[in-house]
Amino acid sequence: MVELTIDGKPVSVPEGSMVMHAAQELGVYVPHFCYHKKLSIAASCRMCLVEVEKAPKALPACATPVTQGMVVHTCSAKAVAAQKAVMEFLLINHPLDCPICDQGGECQLQDLSVGYGQSESRYQEEKRVVFHKDVGPLISAEEMARCIHCTRCVRFGQEVGGIMELGMVGRGEHAEITTFVGHSINSELSGNMIDVCPVGALTSKPFRYTARTWELARRRSVSPHDSVGSNLVVQVKGDNVMRVVPFENEEVNECWITDKDRWSYEGLNSEDRLQTPMIKGDDNVWREASWNDALTAAAQALGRINETQGIGQIGALATEYSTVEELALLGRLVRGLGSEHIDFRLRQNDAGFETALNGVPWLGMPIAELNNLDRVLVVGSTLRKDHPLFAQRLRQAAKHGTQIVLIDSFGDNPLFPVAARITVAPSQLAATLAQLGRALVAQEGAQADATDPVQKAAAILASGSNSAVLLGNTAVSAPDASNIAAYAQAVANGINGKLGFLTAGANTVGGYLAGAVAKENGMNLPKMLQNPLKAFIVLHAEPKLDCDNGVKAQEMLANAFSIALTPFKSAAQDWARIMLPVAPFTETSGTFVNAEGRAQSFKGVVAGKGQSRPGWKVLRVLGNILKLSDFEDETSETIRDAVLQNGYVARLGNKVVTDPQVPAVAPVGLERVADVPVYRTDAMVRRAESLQLSPASVVPRVRMNAQTIASLELANGIQVKVKSASGEVILELEQDDTLANNTVRISHAFEQTAALGSAFAQLTVERV
Amino acid sequence: MSFLDKYSHGLIANPGNDLSNSMALHGRHIKPQILDGINGENWHLEDYVKRGGYEALRKILTTGLSQEDVIAEIKASGLRGRGGAGFPTGLKWSFMPRTFPGQKYLVCNSDEGEPGTFKDRDILRFNPHAVIEGMAIGAYAMGISVGYNYIHGEVFEIYKRFEEALEEARKAGFLGDNILGSSFSFQLHAHHGYGAYICGEETALLESLEGKKGQPRFKPPFPASFGLYGKPSTINNTETFAAVPWIIRNGGQQYLEVGKPNNGGTKLFSITGDVERPGTYEIPLGTPFATLLELAGGMRNGRKLKAVIPGGSSAPVLPADIMMDCTMDYDSIAKAGSMLGSGAVTVMDESRCMVKSLLRLSYFYFEESCGQCTPCREGTGWLYRIVNRIENGQGRPEDLDMLDTVAGNIMGRTICALGDAAAMPVRGFLKHYRDEFAHHIEHKQCVVPHYL
Repeated sequence: MVELTIDGKPVSVPEGSMVMHAAQELGVYVPHFCYHKKLSIAASCRMCLVEVEKAPKALPACATPVTQGMVVHTCSAKAVAAQKAVMEFLLINHPLDCPICDQGGECQLQDLSVGYGQSESRYQEEKRVVFHKDVGPLISAEEMARCIHCTRCVRFGQEVGGIMELGMVGRGEHAEITTFVGHSINSELSGNMIDVCPVGALTSKPFRYTARTWELARRRSVSPHDSVGSNLVVQVKGDNVMRVVPFENEEVNECWITDKDRWSYEGLNSEDRLQTPMIKGDDNVWREASWNDALTAAAQALGRINETQGIGQIGALATEYSTVEELALLGRLVRGLGSEHIDFRLRQNDAGFETALNGVPWLGMPIAELNNLDRVLVVGSTLRKDHPLFAQRLRQAAKHGTQIVLIDSFGDNPLFPVAARITVAPSQLAATLAQLGRALVAQEGAQADATDPVQKAAAILASGSNSAVLLGNTAVSAPDASNIAAYAQAVANGINGKLGFLTAGANTVGGYLAGAVAKENGMNLPKMLQNPLKAFIVLHAEPKLDCDNGVKAQEMLANAFSIALTPFKSAAQDWARIMLPVAPFTETSGTFVNAEGRAQSFKGVVAGKGQSRPGWKVLRVLGNILKLSDFEDETSETIRDAVLQNGYVARLGNKVVTDPQVPAVAPVGLERVADVPVYRTDAMVRRAESLQLSPASVVPRVRMNAQTIASLELANGIQVKVKSASGEVILELEQDDTLANNTVRISHAFEQTAALGSAFAQLTVERV
Repeated sequence: MSFLDKYSHGLIANPGNDLSNSMALHGRHIKPQILDGINGENWHLEDYVKRGGYEALRKILTTGLSQEDVIAEIKASGLRGRGGAGFPTGLKWSFMPRTFPGQKYLVCNSDEGEPGTFKDRDILRFNPHAVIEGMAIGAYAMGISVGYNYIHGEVFEIYKRFEEALEEARKAGFLGDNILGSSFSFQLHAHHGYGAYICGEETALLESLEGKKGQPRFKPPFPASFGLYGKPSTINNTETFAAVPWIIRNGGQQYLEVGKPNNGGTKLFSITGDVERPGTYEIPLGTPFATLLELAGGMRNGRKLKAVIPGGSSAPVLPADIMMDCTMDYDSIAKAGSMLGSGAVTVMDESRCMVKSLLRLSYFYFEESCGQCTPCREGTGWLYRIVNRIENGQGRPEDLDMLDTVAGNIMGRTICALGDAAAMPVRGFLKHYRDEFAHHIEHKQCVVPHYL
């Protein structure tokens, strides 16, 4: 520890700290722009110049290492003179457009200019003009003259986002922040650049000119979009969500959120919102109904099914971003009706997955632990797209030497150094893990053959002391998920590491805890598809795009009496008989349990749109009308507590209890590789217009490697017809040499590819 | 003939077959060490060896002179960095963690971009092996195995010549593995910049050498602990390295005696401006300015000396009377309120308008600021615009004080010395020629009559 004095107050900080850190320790604010605690130090804005005794010049607090006995003055005449001089320089070329600047009211430059600026400028020359840039649908760089060249956005891209999409070109006054010629910003974390920008140079394009910061009420919430459970501040004007920004939680999302968390609120205000209950008449026409009529109709229908078809003909389906409370009541409802058929993992293919584990699959460690691992094997995940903030943590870990091995089918660049990578067809994930397990056993004491990718991976993984095997969304939704997990367990055991599941949804862990999976006598979705039921209650889901085999699932629902509890009309109107408008996460209280098993409750931040009501209330009233017992909860908290009290953490468990089976041999023919693109994961984000304009959401192409294209006698860029057992689509072919042989990558969760059905389908591809 | 060959300085050493017209080979040096015996053609290795070249390196490697001995010799010589700051070279070399086990680098700064400076160009042009030998000696003294010479982008043919010289030295066994049969190995590479002035700043040079945008790094950490590719590195000027072989051959004490105490050896001065014979002149430190002016043929057309910028464009200007009392060494010029810098002496006669002169300098710094830190990025443009207004008859009375405070606000608050370099000339010109600026503002025209 180093002891020093700042403004007369003694403080002691670890060696290697900067004066800025010591000042923060003391709660002394040193004005700054370029310094950001999560980014490298640039020392370029010079705003944090402070006086250090015995130093001839004022020194930047952010880049001056503390020394024993150092005496620092942050507001002496010399320090303030330097700070005021820098402020004057910052302002001379900064436009005086605060009244029309989106950052006005929350601008660091504006705030600090009150303290350090002059009321009138001495600068009488012409101001600099900086040309605006179009950097894509999310970030506005229309007023780059406001930029003060702090390079926080550049450093964010390089260090946190993992990709340098913004850079500073030019010299001196002509230096400008810009993308590479004509490129847009496509990082899935790009919105954080807006947050780190201390001025109004980078602003949110969707939010632009829609509200002033002081008009907004700020309410806390939790993101429903991925299993991180990012803490959010939802900013609200009237009954509308205007903007979403991160709430800092070092253990969960640090100070970042993904672009999906940030901009999917646009889906909340979509035209497609279902605002009143609706009943489909016998003439197949949808008619608005009162809540009373709709709920009564729903209850009568369910009663009638039980009467005429016998008990056990009602199924319930929900999504992995339904709240604990909703899923708990859905379970109670369907069980109260005498059925055990319930599922919320709509992309699951392995009917035996939940019985293969001894508990609820979870990350197996705290999220923050990802930074401390030294060897990581990630299996079957488009990590950067499925879990951008987990990828971000691994990126930081990789900087400090963590070696990461990937086994997947995608070949996507995770934007961190990959120590070894094996790209195989989805059917071969288990077999590859089996080989890896054998290599680990064989290698003990022996020299690895570095030319063999499996041996190389084994050697890397075996050399760690704090390692983990993480199973991604593809691994879990694969038809042989239990087997993949069993072999992954063997590998984890072989390297003395933990086994973890990245988990797909915001409440995947919570769904298991809430009992939204079928028990012994019940059927999960894969089984229901084999044995269709007579009635379904469907919560939040948009089956065509949310289910693994959307076409088949939708057909099953359309052939039964289906009641949809949905915020969006078009998600249900093609297959439901009754649509009940339920609230998305912003309009209801609820709880999500994230990947690390952290239960985070939130309140509604705005009133329900139209007549929509929180899902848990709708289910509760439906239970009352059906005269079911145990539907007396007055608040969401009591429902949550019933699920989560008594140490739910003990129910988490990743131990695979089934033995690994001999993995399947690769099928002859072409295997589909299907990712769920980052902005296609749930009904809300699919309706967020700006996100849908990004390249990640363009109409998918058919991607194959050169060898596969050649073997099929096709050519890059042509239109091809792709057929599966469910249907066929015509799309453009694109060569993608990161893929394995005989695999065809076609994204899931698009209207244009829904006809192909399962993400694991066998395909044929031919010229049109 | 390539575009570069045609329009850059070219390699014609003796224009019109008259060496006395040459910029460097005129023979009017005093006790030259680096440019001794140079005729423009004899830059090859064999010529250098004939002049006693590589003897110093051989002496070190064959007589078993230790690293400490070499550094002690350099310390004794009083050699100070020739790039501008004048930091004692021996001291700098002793900062290098010699026993550090990892990779270390030696870098030669030949990115000579200061307006009016062209001494390094002439050294690399006419005596490149002196630099190579000096670097090899430095590498030996600091236990370094890899070196780079970063050569200014505008003098491409110099880069090509240096590459040729490197090849000669490698073939002769003065570079590479096990030099002269010893256990000492040193790989030296040439690298050329692309013409940004800021890349002459040592840390910006390192960034540029690494393939990044040339922007200075904040110090600390200094290059001696965190330099090229994050490894301990020593960076010296071309002329500094070129001076080293002579010191080892003849002894540090003798080198010191050539100059003045604390200002050892000779120095190359690049004289430009209103003199009869502009060019490079090698003279012992401590030689009176009057002598140097005489060597350069005196004032052009016999005009009266008005002002001198004694150490490159960033040095404050000195009026004639102060300058004529100075001797050309670090301490004397510093005492007079300027600095010896890189030794670029810009001589101005009575026909020179001080406002216009400053305008040219301010424009240079405005264009060459890297844009990284605020005071320099914003301040250099401000300074330039004010001076530009004054020169063009739109000055305001308050401009003079404003120039002074803006320059003062830049100084000492930037990452690198470019901010100071931009501010110092402004303050220097204002200090000595305030009247001329005031005249410009009041009368909207120059104090220098048109007929001059």
